[in-house]
Amino acid sequence: MSEFAYQLLLTLDATLRLATPLILCAMAGIFSERSGIIDISLEGKMLMGAFVAAAVAFTSGSPWLGVLAAMLASVVLAVVHGFACITHRGNQVVSGLAINILASGLTVTIGIALFRQGGQTPPLGSTDRFRPIEWWLVDALDAVPIFGPIYRELISGHNMLVYIALFLVPLSAFLLYRTRFGLRLRAVGEVPKAVDSAGISVSFLRYRAVIIAGLLCGIAGAYLSIGQGAGFVKEMSAGKGYIALAAVIFGKWRPVPALLACLLFGFLEAVSARLQGVDLPLIGEAPTQLMLALPYVMVVLVLAGFIGKASPPAAIGQPYSK
Amino acid sequence: MTPASDLPRWADVVLLPILNLVAALAVCGLIIFFLGENPFTALWVMIKGAFFYSGSLGYTLYYTTNFIFTGLAVAIAFHAMMFNIGGEGQAYIGGLGAGLIALWLAPALPMVLVIPMAILAAALFGAAWGLIPGILQAYRGSHIVITTIMFNFIAGSIMVWLLVGPLIEQGQQSPQTPKFEANALMPKMHEIGGGVFSFLGSSPLNLSFVLALLCLVGFWFLIWRTKLGYEIRTVGQNPEAARYAGINVPKIIVIAMALSGALAGLLAINELLGVQHRVVLNFTSGYGFTGIAVALMGRNHPVGIFLASFLFGAIYQGGAELDFEFQTITRDMALLMQGMIILFSGALAYMFNPWVSKLLKRWMNRGEVTRV
Repeated sequence: MSEFAYQLLLTLDATLRLATPLILCAMAGIFSERSGIIDISLEGKMLMGAFVAAAVAFTSGSPWLGVLAAMLASVVLAVVHGFACITHRGNQVVSGLAINILASGLTVTIGIALFRQGGQTPPLGSTDRFRPIEWWLVDALDAVPIFGPIYRELISGHNMLVYIALFLVPLSAFLLYRTRFGLRLRAVGEVPKAVDSAGISVSFLRYRAVIIAGLLCGIAGAYLSIGQGAGFVKEMSAGKGYIALAAVIFGKWRPVPALLACLLFGFLEAVSARLQGVDLPLIGEAPTQLMLALPYVMVVLVLAGFIGKASPPAAIGQPYSK
Repeated sequence: MTPASDLPRWADVVLLPILNLVAALAVCGLIIFFLGENPFTALWVMIKGAFFYSGSLGYTLYYTTNFIFTGLAVAIAFHAMMFNIGGEGQAYIGGLGAGLIALWLAPALPMVLVIPMAILAAALFGAAWGLIPGILQAYRGSHIVITTIMFNFIAGSIMVWLLVGPLIEQGQQSPQTPKFEANALMPKMHEIGGGVFSFLGSSPLNLSFVLALLCLVGFWFLIWRTKLGYEIRTVGQNPEAARYAGINVPKIIVIAMALSGALAGLLAINELLGVQHRVVLNFTSGYGFTGIAVALMGRNHPVGIFLASFLFGAIYQGGAELDFEFQTITRDMALLMQGMIILFSGALAYMFNPWVSKLLKRWMNRGEVTRV
């Protein structure tokens, strides 16, 4: 196998790892926004999840307990968002912003009070976190050209949460497009009045949507602190929630295209990490910081209608009143 | 942007914000209590830290200055019904403008030329960064909230790229520009006026505060006393009616966003020319977002914005004091309080509306009931 192909394989492997939290948050964003609730609080819910997962995994020694606690904490924030946006018909952007700032403040404040380490959790031991899973027959398949290395690097060797994230994409698509709940959820984001006159509660549907978003963001957070990383670090979500939001829009609020957008954005991040300090022909040192801005630029172009046309759910951002 | 309230104006403008603030602080107090500290002691430490110690009032007013700029930025966009969440990025790019002027012109030109030009550059660069999302919203229908969020990140990437690359101080490792020359620095308040302001103590408070006060007055004049202000408010209230009245709606949206960006850009004058004395990474540190809370609490009016800015200034400065007095709670508490205040006075702004209006009605009808 040539050196270039091997480097590419490693980059794709990194892409998958970097895209995982984006995928989970993007699915979360799709559920929330498809029901008509703008969700810029993906970031905050993920950050909260990351902190709680690390804190619980550290104290209990169980990563699974960590994930469950992260999902719960993230759902609490999601319900606050729902309470403000659905029950009190508050401004959804303001509520999301409040939750992001709250999560920044809460994680550090509680972290300092609990662990006295400047807002971090203590580093987690290897049994407290999700470790890479080696698939069957990796060594046996090594001899197979092309497929062997792909199997070893790309398919095998990730932690459980990566596979869960990938599995959740078809599940989300199924839920949205093949179930009665999904049909109603999509309807409530387009014409809530119609759903209401069919005798279905708009509020209850939207609450369920934001709670699903909370669950998914919780897993994303847990992935950051006890899957990919080994402990919580202040502000570790580092804008990933917003990139996920960008992926939702880039994917036009549909699960599979959003997955592809997440993989694309993950790939950009992986490539720019690999090119850090590398001299390229013609342009000199690779401007990796500018490459990291590409997802944002691409979303602006999409929103401006220069690449396709992104049309959001019709009733998004509008509080429903009978 | 917010549901119409059926309360009398004084209750809507004074009573509700105070109730929301008290609710937000009460929740923070509960959290402090659960963390094992006395919330009232913490509040007292914050008040002392914000007002009583030598120099503390100066610090509070220095933070206030930042919030006035970003609060006005959000408010002017709100008047045109635009939600500018991109104050961070606009201030960041504004800093690039101010920094370039300070670095290039300061050795050659005198202070009276450099500083006004730096102010102009900060405003122009900030305006440009608000203008593009404005144009995309007005002419292409791109949702302003999402584009301004994205522009925050794009600004961040550009600034990192510039500060680790072309603009970095030669021979240094940290991502920042060289120090500005002395004639590009905003004079500190305690150093001017022959000691008139020495009661403020030694603090980073500088002439930018005066600039902020001028902006408050200018904002009031522009919005309520000029044709442009009238058009901005009309577009915000009812774009359809504005169009029928012959107002060029997209143009007004673009202008409002440019003005918004310009105001946000001025933050850089206080932070860079006033305090940091060079362009550094992330000097905007969330002030742009806090501006949203300031505008919401201040009901988009200069007086309200000043009061809300002062409140947030006190929370920032007082919060810093927590570090010295407590083991378990730190200045991050200020961030938590800010989040709570945005939640209660922004998203849950009208939560107390029903029962306040019920109470008020009962109170006003009291006389009649007894007469019957």
